[in-house]
Amino acid sequence: MAERSLRGKVAVAGIGETPYYKHGQAPDPEIVLALKAILAACDDAGIDPAEVDGFASYSDDRNNPTRLAAALGTKELRFSNMQWGGGGGGGSGAIANASAAINAGIADTVVVYRSLAQGQFARFGQGPKIPAIAGDPAFNIPYGIMSPAQQYSLKAMRFMHEHGIHQTALRGIAMASYYHAQNNPRAIMRGRPLTEEKYDNSRWISEPFHLYDCCMENDGAAAVILVSAERAKDMKHKPAYVLGAALGSDGGTGRGAYNGAHFASSHFTSVSRNLYDMAKVGPKDVDVLQSYENFTGGVLMSLVEHGFVEAEEADEFLVLDNLKADGGKLPLNTSGGNLAECYMHGLELITEAVHQIRGDSPNQVKDVNVSMVISGPMVSPVSNSIYGSEASL
Amino acid sequence: MTEATAPVMPAPAPIVNPENKPFWDATVEGRLVLPKCQNCGSINWYPRVFCPECGKFGVDWIDAAGTGTIYTFAITRRGMGAYGKAGPYVLAYVELDEGPRIMTNIVDCDVDSINIGDKVRVVFHDTGSGSALPRFTPVS
Ligand SMILES: [Zn+2]
Repeated sequence: MAERSLRGKVAVAGIGETPYYKHGQAPDPEIVLALKAILAACDDAGIDPAEVDGFASYSDDRNNPTRLAAALGTKELRFSNMQWGGGGGGGSGAIANASAAINAGIADTVVVYRSLAQGQFARFGQGPKIPAIAGDPAFNIPYGIMSPAQQYSLKAMRFMHEHGIHQTALRGIAMASYYHAQNNPRAIMRGRPLTEEKYDNSRWISEPFHLYDCCMENDGAAAVILVSAERAKDMKHKPAYVLGAALGSDGGTGRGAYNGAHFASSHFTSVSRNLYDMAKVGPKDVDVLQSYENFTGGVLMSLVEHGFVEAEEADEFLVLDNLKADGGKLPLNTSGGNLAECYMHGLELITEAVHQIRGDSPNQVKDVNVSMVISGPMVSPVSNSIYGSEASL
Repeated sequence: MTEATAPVMPAPAPIVNPENKPFWDATVEGRLVLPKCQNCGSINWYPRVFCPECGKFGVDWIDAAGTGTIYTFAITRRGMGAYGKAGPYVLAYVELDEGPRIMTNIVDCDVDSINIGDKVRVVFHDTGSGSALPRFTPVS
């Protein structure tokens, strides 16, 4: 039987985004933001928007394909897909789903998109307004656990305790995002650099998370156009080939709520193996990495569970100099990411990974052939993806 | 001008449903009970009517000793909603001596001096609505 894999079969041909806004400040309705990002991605790819015949998104995006297709003049809708799971855990999952559809002949031109105008609906960072709940949450809410920051700080605290990791490791991750944002014209936090002192003196959100360990909340939209590798070769930009994409979580993740064996985890142990197996690369082959920062503690655990650093060496390794695009050992979050570019639920990490393959990032790493994205950690399912140049195939 | 008042830890009522009612009913009597599977004997959290280990229905409610250790914690300096006036408070998962880890608060302590691994024992805070919140306090 032939090997079943996405490796080199599909490529990113176009990327697009709206300007990024502070939370609640988008001038357009959320669906208009989605359309603007999709039109920009089509223009970037050099294709007629009516040719888009597939749509894939995640995190229950409110702008469904039927509505979008009507506005885009879609000739024929052939693929309409939602990756289950909240937060940004599904970003690379949507890439996997779109790529699988193209590879299987279900659709030819699939857009992965995410649009957020949280001010027009509800904010993620505020958590639920105590609805009629059952199961595990019914036992949590009376104790004053209301926000994602609180929920995930418990994981980070345990992981740091188990491995003797200190606050400075989280600070290094935050510093990298802010450092790269200063060069990125799209970044919300451009012009607002972060120093070690500023980090140390910032208020606690939920210890061990300072203010600067937590993502922003923003409005905007981003889109990525995928086509077959064969077609991508003749299009406007250098293709970013999908070398691999994986999604899911370890067996038993949901069985015991926070009682599982892998509580202090980003939930990537099996998903990282599956990604590397498909892409036929390992962490040492990765030239540049975007790792979703809902909270820096999630990045820390993601890096360990993808083999970029041993937990016991995290303190030593996670310092700004090692994480810079210009000369760092592991260039990390080179657009500024969720902390400092824009919280576009991690789709902005995928567009940055593509920029790195094309060679036109504002923080370009030299000679990138393998560019990786780790999407939202600590939720379930999680997902990840790797993009490669022609030379990587 | 209003006088400064000391922070007060609230005791919001949980949402009681048929699945978790035996648990909350026991708290009013100052008992911490846990569901034990009639089939495989595992003691599970959170309370529910089937066993997440073997998948069978049927649990017995057993009395827990009310002692355990702090598995992990986080400090919230400024709460929201009912916790808006709580002052700094500690969220924690306490690992009970019977095995399960449960969400709780660590109370009657200096929030800056607690550590993972500290021994704790249960105290009950009445919600005034037919339930009491099991919380934990350090055992010195
Ligand atoms: Zn059982």
